[in-house]
This record gives sequence, C-alpha cells and structure tokens, in this order.
Amino acid sequence: MATLKELSKRKEGLVGGHRACAGCGGSATIRQVLLAAGDKPTVVGIATGCMEVATTIFPYTAWNVNLVHNAFENSAATVSGIEAAYKVLKRKGKIKDDIQFIAFGGDGGTYDIGLQALSGAIERRHKMLYVCYDNEAYMNTGYQRSSATPYCAHTTTSPAGTKIPGKAQWRKDLTEIVIAHDPAYAAQATPGYYMDLIRKVEKALAADGPSFINVLSPCVPGWGYPSDQTVNISKLAVETLFWPLYEWQDGSYKINMKPREPKPLVDFLKLQARFRHLFKPGNEHLVEEFQAKVNRRWEVLLRKEQATSA
Amino acid sequence: MSMKFDRPMNWKELPAGCLIDEAATSLRFKTGDWRSMRPVWNSEKCIHCLLCWISCPDSAIKVENEKITGIDYNYCKGCGICASICPPKASAIEMIREEK
Amino acid sequence: MKTVAKTGNEAMAYAMKQINPDVVAAYPITPATEVVQIFSNYVADGEVDTEFVAVESEHSALSACVGASIAGGRVMTSTSSQGLALMHEILYIAAGNRLPIVIALVNRSLSAPINIHCDHSDTMGSREAGWMHLYCANSQEAYDSLIIALKTAEATAVPAIVSTDAFILSHAMERLEVLEYSDVQNFIGEYKPRFSALDLENPKTYGPLDLQDYFFEHKRAQIDDFSKVLDAYDKAAKDYAELSGRYYPAVEEYKTEGAEVAIFAAGSTADTAKEVVDDLREQGRKVGLVRMRMWRPLPVEQIKATLGKFKAVAVMDRSDTMADFGGPVFLETRGMLYDSEEKPLITDYVYGLGGRNIELTDIARVYDDIEQVANTGKIEKLITYLGVRGEK
Ligand code: SF4
Ligand code: SF4
Repeated sequence: MATLKELSKRKEGLVGGHRACAGCGGSATIRQVLLAAGDKPTVVGIATGCMEVATTIFPYTAWNVNLVHNAFENSAATVSGIEAAYKVLKRKGKIKDDIQFIAFGGDGGTYDIGLQALSGAIERRHKMLYVCYDNEAYMNTGYQRSSATPYCAHTTTSPAGTKIPGKAQWRKDLTEIVIAHDPAYAAQATPGYYMDLIRKVEKALAADGPSFINVLSPCVPGWGYPSDQTVNISKLAVETLFWPLYEWQDGSYKINMKPREPKPLVDFLKLQARFRHLFKPGNEHLVEEFQAKVNRRWEVLLRKEQATSA
Repeated sequence: MSMKFDRPMNWKELPAGCLIDEAATSLRFKTGDWRSMRPVWNSEKCIHCLLCWISCPDSAIKVENEKITGIDYNYCKGCGICASICPPKASAIEMIREEK
Repeated sequence: MKTVAKTGNEAMAYAMKQINPDVVAAYPITPATEVVQIFSNYVADGEVDTEFVAVESEHSALSACVGASIAGGRVMTSTSSQGLALMHEILYIAAGNRLPIVIALVNRSLSAPINIHCDHSDTMGSREAGWMHLYCANSQEAYDSLIIALKTAEATAVPAIVSTDAFILSHAMERLEVLEYSDVQNFIGEYKPRFSALDLENPKTYGPLDLQDYFFEHKRAQIDDFSKVLDAYDKAAKDYAELSGRYYPAVEEYKTEGAEVAIFAAGSTADTAKEVVDDLREQGRKVGLVRMRMWRPLPVEQIKATLGKFKAVAVMDRSDTMADFGGPVFLETRGMLYDSEEKPLITDYVYGLGGRNIELTDIARVYDDIEQVANTGKIEKLITYLGVRGEK
C-alpha cells in the first residue's frame, strides 16, 4: 500500500479553487480516492450533486483527470458505457493504455435515484469502482432527507417538529444491498481514516470486476458542526460504531476497526445541529433507541464476520 | 485548449461541444478570499507527518520532497481541519483571525 | 447489392450490423425488441465487433450510450414509445454534448392508456431535444436511412433518430436491396470523434455546470451546429444515391405536378396515400402528395417552396399536441408558411392514434374535403379527428 509520503509525490486529481464549502468532507473523500488511484490512468464519472456542481463551474474545473458528468441518476450507467467503449477500442488497438474507471455519486444519486443504474452496472460486471460519498442527505438542494439520512436526523424534509422528532426511519443499508450483488469487492470507509480508505481504493481497483466503497463524508452545513471538526466527526462515527469500517470480498466480511472501548453514540450526535433536538428533555428514549439499534447492528456485523471468516 | 479566462467568451469562442477542454482550470479561481481564519504553519514545529496534507479538502497544503513547505493561501478556505488534526506533540498550525 | 426479404425491424438490425458500431446499449420494448434481439445474435455469433451492453432500463441505455460516445466510440441503440420517454432527459444531454448517437426507433403511442401500436406521439414529444429525425415509409428506407443518418450525425456531431411505424413497418415483410458490408463501411468511413474521455494526454471535463453567464452561449452554439444538419444530410443522401441508386430528399413530392391540392404526411401513411393519388389521378383529379421525411431539422425552405404551390393542403398528424389546436405537423406547417406570399389553406387530420387503421377510403375522403376547401376558398372544419368513432 502506498504511504502518505509516496502519495504526496503523485499528481493531485482534484485541485484547489473549487467551490465546495470550507471543510467539506466530500472533497476530502474525492481527493483521497483520486490520490490512491493516481498511479494509474483513471477516467472518472460523477453524478449530479454537490461535488459535481462545486467542481465544474464553467470554465473552471477542479479535475485533473478526464471527468464525465451526465445526469443525477446515471453515474453507474454512464461509466458502464465508457468502460464498454474502452473494451472495444482496446480490442481494436485504438487504445494502448490500461485505464481504470471510477464512478462517483452522492447518497441521493446512489441510495435513491441512482440505485437501479448502480445495481445494473454491478450485475453486468463492468470493471469499475463506484464510490458513494455519503453525506446522508440531499445537501446540494438544501439538506433534504434521503434514504441514507440516519434515524432522528433533522433535515429540511424531515424536520424536527413538535410531534415528529426528525427522520422517523432507520437508514437504508446500501453496502449490504451491494454485497447481495456479489461484487468483486465492497467496503465502508470514511476520510478520517484515510489510510483505511486509501488501502480500500487500491484493493477495489485491483479487484477483477465491479467494486463499491461507501464513504461516510461529513457535511459542515448539513450536519451542523464547526468546519474544523470534519475529520474528528468522521473518526467519531467509527469510534461510536455508527459507521463501522469493514470490507467484503469473496463472501467474507472483515471489520477493519474494532474499538476496544466503543465511545457512546452521544459523542457523535452531540457535535451536530441535526441531532440537537435529541438532547431536549423528554427525548432521552430516542437516544437510547438509537444507541440500542447501533449496538444491535454492530453485533450482527460481528456475527457475519465470524460466520464468514475462513 | 482554446478557452479564455480574462473575459467572458462569446458563443463562437466556446470549445466545440459541452466541455472544459483543459484540466484543473479552477486554479485560476482563487477561493482564498473566503477565509475568515488563517492557518499559520510553523516550519520549526512541524514533524512532516503529512496528516494536514491528506486531510485538506482544498488541496491547499504544499508538499515538496515529502515535506510540508507551507500553505497555499490562494485556495485555503480557512476551515481549520489542518490545525485541529495536527498532532498535539507538534501543534505546528495555528488559526488566527484574518485581517480584512 | 442483393435483394432480401426483411421486416422493418430486421432491416434496421441488418443496417446496424453493417455499420458495426463500437457500442450498442439497449433495452427491449415492443415493437422494437427484435432490433435489439437480432443484433444481440450478431454479437453472440461474432458477426460484429460491438460491445453490447444489456442495460436494465432505457434510461441507462441512453446513459451508457452517452458514456460510450464521450469515450470516442461509434454508438447506436434502439427503442420505442415509453422507452424513448424514459430516455427523454438524456436525449437533451446527448445532443448538448454533441454526441452523434443514432437510435433505430419504432414509433408507438404513449400511455395512458397503454397500447403497443403505431402513432407518432413518442417522437413528437422529443422534437425539441436537439436530435435529427427521419420518418421512414418502408423497410428499404429504414435500412438506407440508418446508414445516411449515421453519416450525417457523425459529420455534424448531432444525434439522430430514424423511425418506422409500429407493426405496419416493423413487423411487415418486404423485399429490399441491401448493400455489401464493405460498401457500407466505405460510405460511413472510420469514425473520428471530436473528443474522447479516453484521451489521457488532454484531460477534459465533459458536461460541466453552466450558470447564467454561459448556458445561453452554449445553447446558441448548439443551435448553430444544428443549423448545419440539413446541408450535411443533403450531401450524405446524394452520395448514398450514387452508391445505391436510391435518393431520399428531405421532403418527397409525389405527383405534385399540376396538382391543386395535396396531403402532407409522414411515415407509412404517405406510402398508402400514393395508391389513392394514383386512383384519383386516373380520374383526372388534380391531387398530389408531399411526404415529410425529415422532421428535425425542419427543411423549412423546401416545405415552403413545395406546399406554397397548392391551393389547399391537408396535414396528416399521427399525434396531437394537446394544445386544443391539432397536431404538431399542422402547427409547424402553418407557422412556416405564415410569411409566404403564396400559401395554401391548411387543415389538419389527426388520425391513426394507437394503431387505428387508416383506410384508403379515409384518405380519399381527405382529398374530397381538401378539394372542397380549394374550390370554395373556405375552411369548414380546421381540425378533424379522422377514423374515431363518434366523430364525422
Ligand atoms: S484551513 Fe482548511 S483549507 Fe486551509 S489549509 Fe487547512 S485544511 Fe486546508
Ligand atoms: S499535521 Fe502538523 S506536523 Fe503533520 S505535517 Fe501537518 S503541520 Fe506538520
């Protein structure tokens, strides 16, 4: 695996001058993914969303690689087509280089509107890495709930009201849905654990077939925390078991980070305005329920790891 | 690479199609003036762990030969991630209020 | 050149085989399914070099085509009706990006009610998407048109739709002449894309965001590119005529010499109307037919010159605009002729929705009506729904 020192000599895939918010977790994710991929020619697709909008305002692009943006729900389908053209042009000798393909999408473009295209692309076994930069809501349009939005989170379409305390439903487990497709590789990561993310990108790109990494990417205004806390919150998500770091390959689960003493979920929640209402008197049970569910899911993951380890 | 940046192009000057026909043109767009806080890096305290570099969302920490050489204020938005992540034993980055 | 018997779908699939595109991404839909099915057989038997992407929806079909075309491939697909509607969003994106993708399309009505038979509401609904569009009158023309359209599309970087009428053409067996593979390949030439996302030397950003400062300029440039399609088409059609002996003008005239009235129609109905014209001409009546083959871009000058000669014209529309003002061909034809010194009286016949048969007697009745309009100089009924129960 490339060390930070080695990575620091690579060409940046995403340069400065883009218009993402200060402290944006999504930009950090994309930058790290491209650095990890950066030793080989890479062509990238991206779904409409925060990252596409902030990085491609004509005539200014922050991308140092070929980037293709088509629409919101079709990043996976678009890169399917690029990869198909690559295969045939390579067969015909019109392309010499070995090129790797990465498709990006936010959680809206991946969990929701782009889920069908992602499912199709994995089923067809296109050799591409799909990276979801999951910031847990439709941030680009102003913080609306998505199926990735966590339980109880306040968003502008799941507002914390006097009767309903934020999002009533648990989030969709997209990583498990992808694993059900039997991809070549699947994982969860977050940029606070950058070496874990970089290693996973390398592994995913080396896998022989479609791969997927779901990257929890904190959003300063959408989650409501000070901009210098992005990395800290990203780490807390893992340390509180809210966002387990794990990977899946050939039917086996591996948890990459098992906190010896997991931190209480409130450590993650209390830093964010979207969970502020949970700390009002009378809402203690919600935090308890949330914690219990996180614990339960962690135990299920532990059992999966145990059941599938060689 | 036919694009112009010094003035708005008219429709006949646009690159054919719907594309930006150069890479990394955002380097011409300076986001440094968004900053209200400025990270100040202390070369003497820095242990060159590169944590700040890998975590900066704006690719604004300059590295040469595996060593930090400074902060690119053209792009740094002053988010403070670098200062918050710098190991306590080094504490090589301090955030100060930007003079307007 | 050899003579074969093929349905419209078989003819289009065969043209695709001879074009031998780099990528075909497609999804089955009645009545265009066979095009994809036959083509996938060519792929399975190694008769083409194409990478076939069997996507999970038409939306992904055209999305993958966009990706493949930006990557520098020669790209085709096939669809119909709801499939084209599902592609709608991406039609604009393909055109805006100047991707010369060609769709072999079968015209079918749009739901609701759901129906699998012919009308033109699917393609009429996409008329502002920035695609060239040719309506074919028979299988021979469908085969020839795909080849001509591909050449025009690649010359102008404007995508193209070539369509036949559901079942009437798509499933009806006809005799047609096909070219040799090498002749088709020589005619279309090697594809030289204007850009490729696989070009690692010069990384570019495809499909960027425009704010208020650039969107209009990009659209203006696209409209300019589109304005070059008609000339490029004329050249391709003439070159193709030299090769095949078959010439397809953008607007076809049939027995218009000395005619005082004409029907202006597209698709298979125009071929049917020729029979009626023959009959009526034998009776000494001064009737003719003008066939609208190219609908996008509009061959405005040709249509004006042609229709301007008549006293009265009946437009046949196989779809309705839901504007309470007839069909799209009617509306645009009246618009084109508004400034003409010599202009006919124009009436509209909306017909054949959802595959309703158009009989020779229906067409004869249209000629009766339009002669009356020409003789009296008066339009009694501007818009007629022809062949629907409960309507005269
Ligand atoms: S303050 Fe933020 S943008 Fe500026 S160098 Fe530090 S991490 Fe980068
Ligand atoms: S995090 Fe601190 S010590 Fe590490 S390289 Fe950056 S400034 Fe130097």
